[in-house]
Amino acid sequence: MRTGTDGRKVFGVASEEACFSSEVKPVLRFDFEVKAMDFSAAGVAAKKIKEALGQMGVAPETVRRAAIAVYEAEMNTIIHAHTGTIVARFFPNRLIVTVSDQGPGIKDLDLAMTEGFSTAPDHIRELGFGAGMGLPNMKQSTDGLRIETVEGLGTRVTLVVCFQHLGKKA
Amino acid sequence: MVGSYFHSVTLDKEKCKGCTNCIKRCPTEAIRVREGRAVIIEERCIDCGECVRTCPNLAKSVITDGLDAVLTDGFEKRVVMPAPSFYGQFKPDVQVPEVLGALTAIGFDGVYEVARAAEFCTYAMRQYITDHSAPRPLISAACPAIVRLIQVRFPALLKHLMLVESPMEVAARLARERMVQETGLSPAKIGCYFITPCPAKVTAVRQPVGQDISNVSGVLSMEEVYGRVLKALSSHDTSAAMESSALGIGWGQAGGEGRAVTEGHCAVDGIHNVIQVLDEVERGDLTDIEFLEAQACVGGCVGGCLAVQNPFVGRSRIQSLVIDTGRSDSDVVDWDSWVERYQAGQFSIGEVDPRPVMRLATDVKTALDLLRRVEDIEEDLPGLDCGSCGSPNCRALAEDIVRGTSYQTDCVFKLRERVHELASEVVELAEKVPPAMGHDTDSSRRSK
Repeated sequence: MRTGTDGRKVFGVASEEACFSSEVKPVLRFDFEVKAMDFSAAGVAAKKIKEALGQMGVAPETVRRAAIAVYEAEMNTIIHAHTGTIVARFFPNRLIVTVSDQGPGIKDLDLAMTEGFSTAPDHIRELGFGAGMGLPNMKQSTDGLRIETVEGLGTRVTLVVCFQHLGKKA
Repeated sequence: MVGSYFHSVTLDKEKCKGCTNCIKRCPTEAIRVREGRAVIIEERCIDCGECVRTCPNLAKSVITDGLDAVLTDGFEKRVVMPAPSFYGQFKPDVQVPEVLGALTAIGFDGVYEVARAAEFCTYAMRQYITDHSAPRPLISAACPAIVRLIQVRFPALLKHLMLVESPMEVAARLARERMVQETGLSPAKIGCYFITPCPAKVTAVRQPVGQDISNVSGVLSMEEVYGRVLKALSSHDTSAAMESSALGIGWGQAGGEGRAVTEGHCAVDGIHNVIQVLDEVERGDLTDIEFLEAQACVGGCVGGCLAVQNPFVGRSRIQSLVIDTGRSDSDVVDWDSWVERYQAGQFSIGEVDPRPVMRLATDVKTALDLLRRVEDIEEDLPGLDCGSCGSPNCRALAEDIVRGTSYQTDCVFKLRERVHELASEVVELAEKVPPAMGHDTDSSRRSK
């Protein structure tokens, strides 16, 4: 993790920095609004993205890990933040999802990446969430993960899932 | 793709009105209305029977082998195999041995209880759980409609499937073996017939998944056999030997299979409920569950569309039988024989492949471009999901338009919009009078 000159803390795991480049316009883009504590809408973004990947003919295992990563990010926003947005950008060889929220930010990023560590309040844990596996799961399920956070302001998570090269098994 | 899939669900064109009931109920959106009649998209149909159940005009039915045809077919000896749910069709005062006796009386040479075979499968499944510590949950392959649902809609979960033979297949093999022993005839001369509560089992026999060929020779509809058996029951003959126990009989209702296999189970019945739960399994939310029992029909097999009795009544009858017969797992099964068979690979089926029907094209780049078109078209549609276009919802119509099987004007609302546009243009044109028209052509209107 490094701290930028503007006070932003950044955690990045990426096979290529180019993965995150959104200069090229996506073929397809979805936008979602996420509201705090809105569990009835939980998983709406993940489900829509999962269906889109299925219709694209992406390999089932890739679809599954993408859905898991997005779901975890969506749940984090619902549990911890005040409001947030999810933007999914579809390219022929990869999916880039940006989850931005206005929330408390992540105080200790390295700790947050540890399995089992959770800052979820008790009433959330009673619902069965807050196991502390969200961020580690996201890291494991994606080909690239970048987390930018400022305490008291918000967090932005960018995740990348790569399909295999065009023409071969997706 | 015509001809490459067998489906036991069939349509009576005369009775079909082209209403929207079945197209909306189908869990894989496999039905469309074309030329005023329902048409099934072969690659998507999983033979679950929802459309049979929903059709208000009784236009949907199930292809099965007729009892009279079966009794006069080429086999020398015939064994009938009742599904456990069959016992739930009768009144509480009817005992299982009576039902078994009646089945022989209607023309069969022998009876083999599928509930008995279910016990063997239960042990094989328990062993499977021990042999495979991942993934979790393991999903039962007993309901053929669910297996096909996973092939079509949840291909990422195929590796969760428990590759154990169904009780129907095990029963047919054991029934044939026994008849060979008793008569000395060759296996090819012995016909084994399953009494089914549903279309999925018919398809499982004609076009099995996970094995090349079924052990079952034919499938009889529970509806048809019930009537014949009722008549034969009047003799009240209880001399037939009952081999099944509570463990296997319980399979006939939702929850019975799960309870038999392991405590750490979750049981879901009703195909739309199963879809919800499988979504959660895909997300990784149910990893603390060892085994998932999933039945396409509400109530389990007693809820099949060919079952005669109300599924909830059927359930309570099965439950009474389970209690009366008692739990006697260990003393009913011949362990040595079971272990021998398990180690020889009996009770195993092969891997199940996905059915990639949801994708819009075979290569991802093209599919993505098509998906973009689908999204754009969908945005332009009213979003009322009325079904008048013959597709189950607006999203499906958008897909059909992109796939080339529908037009935008199939949508009644888009058509009206278009008519309105054209009508406005005509009115506009009618109001324009060209300069060449003189004072005697309705000049009073021009001065308005």
